Amino acid sequence: MAIIETKNLTYMYPSGTKPSIRDISIKIEKGEFTLITGPSGCGKTTLCRCFNGLIPHFYQGELKGEITVSGLNVAEHSITELAEHVGLVFQNPENQLFALSVEKDVAFGLENLGVPREEMRKKVDWALNLSGIYDLRERAPHELSGGQQQRAAIAAVLAMQPEVIVLDEPTSFLDPLGAKKIFEVIYELNVKLGITIILVEHRLDLTAKYANHIIVLDEGNVVLDGEPREVLSSEETRLIGVGIPKATRLYHILKKDGASLGNTVPLSSDEMAAILKEKLKTND
Amino acid sequence: MSVFDGLKFRKVYSPIHNLDPRIKFVYVCAIFVVAIIFGELLPLLILFLMQIPFVLLAGIKHEWLRSMRGAAFLATIIFLTNFVFAYLGGREMAQSLEGAAAMTMRFIVLIESFSIFFLTTSPDHLGLALEQTHIPYEFCFAFTTAVRFVPVLAEEAQTIMDAQKARGLELERGNFLKRIRNYIPILIPLIISAIRRSLELAEAMESRAWGATKKRTNLYVLKMHRNDFILIFITATILIAAIYIRLKFAIPSLNELLRGVF
Amino acid sequence: MIEVDNVNFTYPNGVEALKGIKLTIQNGEFVAIMGQNGAGKTTLVKHFNGLLKPTKGKVLVDGVGTRKVSVATLARNVGFVFQNPDHQLFSETVEEEIAFALRNFGFKENIIKRRVTWALNLLGLTQYRKTSPFMLSGGERKRVALASVLAWNPKILILDEPTIGQDYQQKEKLRQFILQMKAQRKTIIIVTHDVEFVAECNPRVLLMQEGKIVADGEARKILTDTEILTQASVVPPQIAQIFLQLSDLGLPKNVIDVYEAHEILLKLLGGGIK
Repeated sequence: MAIIETKNLTYMYPSGTKPSIRDISIKIEKGEFTLITGPSGCGKTTLCRCFNGLIPHFYQGELKGEITVSGLNVAEHSITELAEHVGLVFQNPENQLFALSVEKDVAFGLENLGVPREEMRKKVDWALNLSGIYDLRERAPHELSGGQQQRAAIAAVLAMQPEVIVLDEPTSFLDPLGAKKIFEVIYELNVKLGITIILVEHRLDLTAKYANHIIVLDEGNVVLDGEPREVLSSEETRLIGVGIPKATRLYHILKKDGASLGNTVPLSSDEMAAILKEKLKTND
Repeated sequence: MSVFDGLKFRKVYSPIHNLDPRIKFVYVCAIFVVAIIFGELLPLLILFLMQIPFVLLAGIKHEWLRSMRGAAFLATIIFLTNFVFAYLGGREMAQSLEGAAAMTMRFIVLIESFSIFFLTTSPDHLGLALEQTHIPYEFCFAFTTAVRFVPVLAEEAQTIMDAQKARGLELERGNFLKRIRNYIPILIPLIISAIRRSLELAEAMESRAWGATKKRTNLYVLKMHRNDFILIFITATILIAAIYIRLKFAIPSLNELLRGVF
Repeated sequence: MIEVDNVNFTYPNGVEALKGIKLTIQNGEFVAIMGQNGAGKTTLVKHFNGLLKPTKGKVLVDGVGTRKVSVATLARNVGFVFQNPDHQLFSETVEEEIAFALRNFGFKENIIKRRVTWALNLLGLTQYRKTSPFMLSGGERKRVALASVLAWNPKILILDEPTIGQDYQQKEKLRQFILQMKAQRKTIIIVTHDVEFVAECNPRVLLMQEGKIVADGEARKILTDTEILTQASVVPPQIAQIFLQLSDLGLPKNVIDVYEAHEILLKLLGGGIK
């Protein structure tokens, strides 16, 4: 069952001169870990905002086509209704935390929804634990590192127990180690709790291995949509300017020059090393 | 400004810090009323000394002293103005001095109690108190969010100053007008950044169901404990005693007291 | 030339950000300063244009101690491009923005005109001359910030985290640009945690950890030294990771470049080539 489905989705910002996304028709199944990528300005951020209703309700402007999330038609349901099904984590961790303690921030959404205190306490603790920041719950956001802040933002979204969590370049401001921690947290949420994850990222070298679905956008259009190994093997992906993981790239240029490396496209350095080990051993 | 330093909250745990902010506020108001009731030096001096135990209990000696020092400048002005006008208005030297000292002490008592209040009440505690006194949530939220972003804005202002200094901007040179103009390259990025930040905050708030229901619940709740009731009792006692003394007794001036003793 | 002589730096809040840094950067060098967030990278480079002065020790830029001159004077020779362009942009037009520093440094109007045109051309911003910088996209604003620093032609160029938020194409353009500046004999210092970008540039690498420099050398040597990288919490580039796992098969260890890897492996897989 598709948890998110769009048909010919087109949107132009009120101050825009041309649509930011055009004719987007995609299907994301429940439980998938989907990567959305593409060069700067391709419309990924705009698309994310359609998933939870910020477009069209917060940004106004013209939204054409259809988009259904968790069975709800986005154009006909308010952001607050959609918030119980879709959580959105933004790029800058600092600007998503507004309370003076982490746990108050995590509780924010539940407070807004009028959840009774005892239930709220349970959900907050649960979300804090899953994000690995339970010990930081009484700290002020300013005392946390960027990575910890972003995990707090994830916990804040998780507490509302949505079926889908969308993350728009959540690791831009983090170093690779901090980024890795974030990806591990959301991967666990996907695998252990079955939460559908939609991750917008440039750093495919760090994230390709988690995904089972990749959508590539360019200039507002969907250019490629499918399984990661296929999409990252397409010449088109590289030509658009998407940063293919080096391990994958190495595989392709070796294959192009006739090396026989099997048919599984590696998405990580471990996978590529394994392929090479096998081939080099048999060659001996 | 060191006066403002005396109003900054620090995370320390003491019985005073744990008091319900609403009760503390009532206490501060009561002190305010009592300070107005008496215009004589003696009772005001007693009022001042009476609050010192709170300062010591709360462990905020250093910060409190800093705020008192910051108030010293204004206190001196109050003293001098009162003295000069009293003396030139025909009062005797001793009387004028004592009158001026009393007015200064009134000011100091007020700074003292407010300082104790702000130094021992965390902003989130304060925000919570505001919420529970049924002030509309929008205002409470605006308050706590503003406090939360103060350190962020301070850091950003520093970064912007560094960035512009690295482009040859010299903030210390030039006449008064030039110096003001030199702050434009700092103010504009700061303001624009604040606007951008507000937009991102609004997006995050909306995405977390802001405004979903009018009946907002709260993770925390302020409950009154034994110490709060003790403070209520103390406050009521002070207030009643003050009114009684004012109505029934004539307050001696320090002058008369000293003459009586010697 | 930048000389850092036994520098310690402690922030006013007591945090010891730099401990005993000894370092020399020659003219024309291309250096990447790497390490985890909080290792002291930005703190160190802020000493190069005098924004920060050492608590102990001294920093000499072209023989002049940074404590003796103002930031503005040092900035004449040391251009610093901050991470977030929005912390700099304030003018009504891109033209004005680029001219700002030139005016601060006292250039004559006719030279300012020439330099602005040159900087606009260099970064492909000519069509935006009269545009408000706030109307431009994120990537374009980054270019305006860069142009405004290059306009006064500093000998030393410092870029603080220039790859954050950039897509692959933008990073490629940046890399080409750095090579261009290198060809003009500028000293280039980048602060970054983007290993893949550094692997493609192959500069001198200074690895920092908790306020100290723990490694200093060629990129291919440092980015393949797993021990030191693990200590400094830095992940090696993907190509290095692959070759490290193949080291017991007799393959060379310091490979960080895709094309070099391709050559080496092609020879070894020779048997499979048709």
